[in-house]
Amino acid sequence: MTRQRKAVALISGGLDSLLAAKLIQQQGIHVAGINFFTGFCVEGHTHAIRKKGQEKPKRNNALWVAEQLGIKLNIVDIIEEYKQVVFNPRYGYGANLNPCLDCKIFMVMKAHEWCKQNDFDFIITGEVVGQRPMSQRKDTMPLVCKRSGADDLLLRPLSARNLPPTLPEREGWVDREKLLGLSGRGRKPQIALAKQFGFDEFAQPAGGCCFLTDAQYSSKLADLWQARGSKQYELDDIMLLKVGRHLRPKAHFKVIIAREEGEGNFLRGYRKQYLSIDSLSHAGPFALIDGNVNDQDIELAASLVARYSKGRDAAEVEMEIQTPAGTGYAIKVQPLKPAAIPEQWLL
Amino acid sequence: MAVVNPVIVDARRLLCPMPVIRVQNSVAELCPGTLVEVLCTDPGALNDIPSWCRINGHRVVETRCLNDEYLVILEVGEE
Ligand code: SF4
Repeated sequence: MTRQRKAVALISGGLDSLLAAKLIQQQGIHVAGINFFTGFCVEGHTHAIRKKGQEKPKRNNALWVAEQLGIKLNIVDIIEEYKQVVFNPRYGYGANLNPCLDCKIFMVMKAHEWCKQNDFDFIITGEVVGQRPMSQRKDTMPLVCKRSGADDLLLRPLSARNLPPTLPEREGWVDREKLLGLSGRGRKPQIALAKQFGFDEFAQPAGGCCFLTDAQYSSKLADLWQARGSKQYELDDIMLLKVGRHLRPKAHFKVIIAREEGEGNFLRGYRKQYLSIDSLSHAGPFALIDGNVNDQDIELAASLVARYSKGRDAAEVEMEIQTPAGTGYAIKVQPLKPAAIPEQWLL
Repeated sequence: MAVVNPVIVDARRLLCPMPVIRVQNSVAELCPGTLVEVLCTDPGALNDIPSWCRINGHRVVETRCLNDEYLVILEVGEE
């Protein structure tokens, strides 16, 4: 009896990986999912932090996809290892700080390692030739196979017929004729296929699978690197970039100001790591100061935060400054006028 | 009968999917039948942890809201 072949599917949570895994499952292959968490993934973070819309908590799309397929899913924390991909991408960045080609190579390499450790036979992804400008091109897709070490064990069921036959196809583990030959950025065939399989409510992230494709997020990350004098970050740093207004009044410090209550609560969780500012005399946002500051800087930061408080038009407002050690003191400041806040402060 | 204390996973202040990853890594080391109490603050975990349990064959015993925190109790399944 021939043994049942096993494939590990890279599950991003989007439609393409769902369909790719389904096509392979239909051929009698046992499929398990793997999902990598880099820290930059577009998950429900902003939604989880913000107060608005909490009655409907956001789902994790990769888990949802696994449930639709009835497969197991391993979510792997690659935050530390992934830093080298972000800092030094061999193939460079895309339109923003997204190192898509290196990222894909890295994830396929990790999936290949997992395959070997767990006695799986091959890897599948939802990639489509010509769908993404960097990592899903006819010339870069073979590069992913080669540089990840997966070689012909990497099968892309949605685009397989546009690519050379892989080992699973050549060995007859899967029937190439039943795989697809999709190409380009169009979404219609995928949506039609989803309908045929009876999938609805699937996620269709615009832009990409992570925050690194977002121009504003990337500029905040670039600012962080510049301020620290080198490319470095911790998970807290990249989480904080998703929250609040970030303003840098001086090269050596920035202020992160909550835009609503949920963000304020989230930022309060960082009081033991950063100097923080709260409004005392008027209702106002909570804020953190990131950087080494002197009294003058603190006063400037407090005036800036006061600008976003209910006391913005008052002659003077009272603010509380708290140190990470927990000691607090009050200061009185004049809220900055909008004209006194140069546009370039806003990151 | 000996009463075995549940294993505690503190996933407070972590955002999705970190609570799931913490649970997954902890459950991987445990025997079937072990109870795991997960404390979290991301409300999304109330969906995600049960979803992860369903696909991986574990049983959610209880979910509870405690002010701004959430508690999920699960029982490790076979395999
Ligand atoms: S969008 Fe982000 S996660 Fe997706 S391939 Fe590019 S860098 Fe990687």
